[in-house]
Amino acid sequence: MTDALNQTPLHSLHVELGAKMVDFAGWSMPVQYSGIIEEHTQCREKAALFDVSHMGQVELRGSYTAKALEKLVPSDIDGMREGKARYTLLTNEDGGIKDDLIVSNAGDHLYLVVNAAMRDQDIGHLRAALSDVDVVELIDRALIAVQGPEAEPVVAAFVPEVRDLGFMETVMCDWAGISCRISRLGYTGEDGFEISLPDSSAREVVTALLDHPDVGPAGLGARDTLRLEAGLCLYGNDIDGTTSPVEANLPWTIQKRRREDGGFHGADRILAELASGPSRKLVGILPDGRAPARHGTEICTNGGQSIGAVTSGGFGPTTGGPISMGYVDSNYAGSGTSVILKVRNREVIGTIVELPFVPHKYKR
Amino acid sequence: MAILKFTDQHEWLLIEDDIACVGITGYAQEQLGDVVFVELPETGDEFKRGDEAAVVESVKAAAEVYAPATGDITETNTDLEGSPELVNRDPQGTGWFFKMRLSDLSETEAMMDEQNYADFVAKLE
Repeated sequence: MTDALNQTPLHSLHVELGAKMVDFAGWSMPVQYSGIIEEHTQCREKAALFDVSHMGQVELRGSYTAKALEKLVPSDIDGMREGKARYTLLTNEDGGIKDDLIVSNAGDHLYLVVNAAMRDQDIGHLRAALSDVDVVELIDRALIAVQGPEAEPVVAAFVPEVRDLGFMETVMCDWAGISCRISRLGYTGEDGFEISLPDSSAREVVTALLDHPDVGPAGLGARDTLRLEAGLCLYGNDIDGTTSPVEANLPWTIQKRRREDGGFHGADRILAELASGPSRKLVGILPDGRAPARHGTEICTNGGQSIGAVTSGGFGPTTGGPISMGYVDSNYAGSGTSVILKVRNREVIGTIVELPFVPHKYKR
Repeated sequence: MAILKFTDQHEWLLIEDDIACVGITGYAQEQLGDVVFVELPETGDEFKRGDEAAVVESVKAAAEVYAPATGDITETNTDLEGSPELVNRDPQGTGWFFKMRLSDLSETEAMMDEQNYADFVAKLE
């Protein structure tokens, strides 16, 4: 028997909407409503609404918080202007990744969103490493994502000023009297918003959004196919304590000043890999045919030599075929390289391709 | 006359003489979600009851389909190569997987009939 699962403030709504609920990182979450492909397509063509309240929301308060956080992440935090959000990584002493997260400059504090499975560990890490910083977990706030080409008109119908938000920008808004933080970012490759709001108002806001004809609910299943097509890493699959930001194709998270000055956990390995290249790289792989090459599938050269493994793989509803991401020996990471995927007892030919599989449509 | 039987692995068999047409049930396809690929056996393949005979891949995951009885494959549903979604749309019709010649008809005797299978599924939900 497992312990009782955590529930988000939208749990009863998910059940009323007919969602199939699953245990995700100790939370009872909707994996799908009408079907993954339909929800995926809803997001690519109109707008999809996701409950991501299981993710950890944290505020860092106190003086010097930006500089202090830079010990733990390789990104430029101190140079972020107010209202700017940035994707970054908590690194470990070995140059691996403890978690990926979004950090926003919220004026008098930093606002962080971390993975559900990692929230306790991350908060412990932040508290232990940043003794002068007040690490506040927001336990009474929901988080919802509205993603897709119609996300802007839908959200702007309630909060017109979101039209002025650029990609990776965040602002506090008034949603019919409800205080919300709206950030223009997401995990689907589409334009869209994440909205942090009080638990007590979540149902009211979500019901109003779902009443819009262009909005449909989407579960974790579609969230996974959308992010895979967008080439976005899933913590625990594509990145973990052993993979470095350079190997994971995330060198862009390390801005110029940090490359020059270092001073973050794992800088020795990460800066060396930036200078001379990593021994393996995360790449996109397009398998021939229709059989998905899933997590754990061995990747070999045409000669049969093992060069890596798939870390995320499945079917792309928008690409209409199987897609995979995985690490391969850097000598074989060039686009167009032909590889062999060991799918069960069969050998499937695959081709290394540039990520993403589906172009990003962020509002630049 | 054809006889319809079900296994506790959520497969159906439509048995006529010693040939069984095999597929997965409506309940099974609902649990799997959108089917995107079916790996079928080849005509002539021989299986013992319980051997892995096919793999059905949904967006979410891959699931094995076991030979419900001992026998050899006489035909496969090639329509599934281009249209795996038939498994969702018509699981007990055009979404069939393969036909096999049963070498021991007594293996099917203990299988469930339609009513017993419906009761079996009702207990799972």
